[in-house]
Amino acid sequence: MSPDEIRGMAEREREHQAGRSCVLQVCTAAGCQPMQSVEIKTALEAEAKARGIGEHQCQVKSVGCLGLCGSGPLVRREPDGAMYQRVTPGDAPAILDSLGSAPPTHLFLDTRQPFFARQTRIVTANSGRIDPERLEDYLAAGGYATLARVLTEMSPQEVIGEITRSGLRGRGGGGYPTGLKWSTVAKSPGTPKTIICNADEGDPGAFMDRSVLESDPHRMIEGMLIAAYAVGASEGYIYIRAEYPLAIARLKTALRHAERHGLLGNNICGTRFNLRIELRLGAGAFVCGEETALIASIEGNRGTPRPRPPYPAERGLFGHPTLINNVETYANVPSILERGGEWFAGIGTERSKGTKVFALTGSIANTGLIEVPMGITLRDIVFEIGGGVPEGARFKAVQTGGPSGGCIPEQYLNTPVDYESLMSLGSIMGSGGMIIMDDSSSMIDVARYFMEFCMTESCGKCIPCRMGTVEMHELLGRFLNGSAAKADLDLLEDLCEMVKSTSLCGLGQSAPNPVLTTLRYFRPEYDAALAAGGR
Amino acid sequence: MAGRVLTCQIDGQDVSGLEESTILEVAREHHIRIPTLCHVPGLPEAGACRVCLVEVEGAARLLPACVTRIAEGMKVKTESERLLKYRRMTVEMLFAERNHICSVCVSNGHCDLQWLAQTLGVDHIRFPYRYPALPVDSSHARFVADHNRCVLCLRCVRVCGEIEGAHTWDVMGRGADCLVITDLAQPWGESASCTSCGKCVQVCPTGALSEKGKSAGEMAKQRRFLPYLTLMRGGNHV
Amino acid sequence: MSEPVTKAKLATVWLDGCSGCHMSFLDMDERLLEVAARAELVYSPLVDRKDFPEIVDITLVEGAVSSEEDLRKIRHIREHTRVLVSLGDCAVAGNVPTMRNPFGVEPVLSRAYDENVTAPAPRPRGVIPVLLQAARPVHAVVPVDVYIPGCPPSAETIHYAVSELLAGRKPELRKLTRFGA
Repeated sequence: MSPDEIRGMAEREREHQAGRSCVLQVCTAAGCQPMQSVEIKTALEAEAKARGIGEHQCQVKSVGCLGLCGSGPLVRREPDGAMYQRVTPGDAPAILDSLGSAPPTHLFLDTRQPFFARQTRIVTANSGRIDPERLEDYLAAGGYATLARVLTEMSPQEVIGEITRSGLRGRGGGGYPTGLKWSTVAKSPGTPKTIICNADEGDPGAFMDRSVLESDPHRMIEGMLIAAYAVGASEGYIYIRAEYPLAIARLKTALRHAERHGLLGNNICGTRFNLRIELRLGAGAFVCGEETALIASIEGNRGTPRPRPPYPAERGLFGHPTLINNVETYANVPSILERGGEWFAGIGTERSKGTKVFALTGSIANTGLIEVPMGITLRDIVFEIGGGVPEGARFKAVQTGGPSGGCIPEQYLNTPVDYESLMSLGSIMGSGGMIIMDDSSSMIDVARYFMEFCMTESCGKCIPCRMGTVEMHELLGRFLNGSAAKADLDLLEDLCEMVKSTSLCGLGQSAPNPVLTTLRYFRPEYDAALAAGGR
Repeated sequence: MAGRVLTCQIDGQDVSGLEESTILEVAREHHIRIPTLCHVPGLPEAGACRVCLVEVEGAARLLPACVTRIAEGMKVKTESERLLKYRRMTVEMLFAERNHICSVCVSNGHCDLQWLAQTLGVDHIRFPYRYPALPVDSSHARFVADHNRCVLCLRCVRVCGEIEGAHTWDVMGRGADCLVITDLAQPWGESASCTSCGKCVQVCPTGALSEKGKSAGEMAKQRRFLPYLTLMRGGNHV
Repeated sequence: MSEPVTKAKLATVWLDGCSGCHMSFLDMDERLLEVAARAELVYSPLVDRKDFPEIVDITLVEGAVSSEEDLRKIRHIREHTRVLVSLGDCAVAGNVPTMRNPFGVEPVLSRAYDENVTAPAPRPRGVIPVLLQAARPVHAVVPVDVYIPGCPPSAETIHYAVSELLAGRKPELRKLTRFGA
């Protein structure tokens, strides 16, 4: 597809869409689908047909995540943006009755509430708006126009410069400056260069990347294409966990469409730029989210990390210079190139730019997916956007960063969400899981839960992680069954320090974080457990 | 790699080494002792056991001496309170992980783990022992694999894959449940790929892999073949 | 422990071990006289006293903690001992007695009383102490002050360690002994 063809196709689709007086957008992402959202869509179509309402009058459309998963299944109405919640297939007549007026009370979802109003949507801009299985929808939303412009008007150095200016940092958890990473790969000698998308999202309670891929797969692919052009890569891989069948299916469809229209393969957009992208399914090992383990897994080896340096940028997949970023990072790229690095850098804080997608779960009124500007406080996320903990419970802690993160207590809720602030609290930004806990949670139990996760997910290569997690898990168990002694507490603290300092990869190095933060902020619980038991 | 010589400091001593040399290589050339476990001269490094971690000035993390290359002006500390503490804990964990009963082990007195414990002053294990139930594979005509004594250093995997070229050994499972296996976890004696060369037995640091017919303390390992083999093949692993 | 005005009180205890450490203790031979000049052996399998004294300066423990009786005993001894010494690999690391741990108690008893017998023997009840679920090193159940690994530690090692302890110093044993020595 040439830039003109992209423009033409987008134009035609926009005209086509403009002719419709009403669109009902039914979320068919993995959150709503198990609650019969596909059946809801079918029921709406049947009802419309029975009433003789043609597609030009009211189109029923499958879209990605609408955000407030806890109130799903969700249906959104264009052009006014009104939303229906907790929809069942039986609600189809009521929904069609309400076209042109307000949704009936029992289905009405207030879109003016902070959950929607306080979000800033970049990565999720098209989520819940476009049909993720239609390339035309993405094109109509302006998709691939940026790619076309980048390939025909910008040099790779200019692209990298724009990304560097934007201040974008890795969204997989580490927060490494993306521009710096790209320029390192671009400068590394050796061909062919490889580009990898890390879609091995594995933190318990996290589903940001899944949602992006289910809702707007082309955005990520476009981001990858731009990145590949910038660093000079011609081989691409998407490493995604097999537990995400819907995301995989939609990604496959998107890749197929992109290939068919010349947006992947050789001479993309009529230029000399080539990129092939292959899908690789991970078998669900958490450690394969670590970049060197992921690379080993794609190579067909056991998914275990190796010491760095050399970094993948220098020697990655099959020894070639390799760029590896996660889904959300790539998904930010098209917008940055479209609107400029300056624009992106204007959002967020001094050192953390742009937005971050979080998956809100646990003891919270609004369970779902949000995208917020960096620098927003935890309190705003939990109590404004999240609606606070459900009635009858008291907020106790918010856990960020999954098994590598920490538990943050109430007195630090005014902390702004940025990489450095969260790290200073002993937690991390992580990939975006955010679990809210109320006063019914034992923090020792929470720490042990995450330790069990790390223990079973350890690859076993280095002893601090392999055995340190086993020992910490055992010691935490002693606090829970009342048999812990003071010596056990000392040993636990020693272990945290040792495992953090000596483990081979990030999984082990961050495994003690849930223990360290609960020891730091909820020490009385440990002391009480000591007093209760002791040998 | 045509030899640029770099100078650096290890434990306050000025040392020099060829570009691309590891801290461990340079330290050993200068008779500075850094304890190791998964490292064997002649095998590709794994960087896994974390025993050889050292402090490098300016580095945020501790670095494994076996895979970290020297740099001009680098300042390395191979001994400190902290390093000693971590090394001891590492060894303690290895003892607690499986069933290491030195007194009845074929490698008693010839064991790298035992030697490490002694030199690091580990005289008891503070961690709870796991006491896992682990198999002993005696199906091979000449060798025995006793998983109770395995420390997962992967020397056997590396020597078999990289030196013998048979790739009989590999690893299955995760975390503390990892086991070294022959072929697709078949009994060693039924392995079609094993050439019975015995290199894995000789490089094994403990009594996990041993020759049949050895009694307690009789299994001393012969490792001189390795540097010789790599030298003859034109390699330069030391 | 400064230079003793009166003789120090020394005890030795035998839990789940083979008595090899006690044999090695006796192998001190003529050096036993030297030890005897500085310490009084107030409780030991080697002397005829049934109850553990009120307070003992140094107690050497041989053997792992394997039965309820061992556990009761070592807790009592810890209460009444100033310096508790784990003597030998069984006390220090569990050693051979812990080889049963991966199997569990019942399969072990069954092997002993049912499978490997020519004539079926009844399981002892009441007379022989009940086995703990797992045999454990001494420090896993009570705090230990000094560790002397070895199977058994040599007479020289024991002599050196006891002499140092009697002199009020903590013995540096790294060069003398190790696990399995």
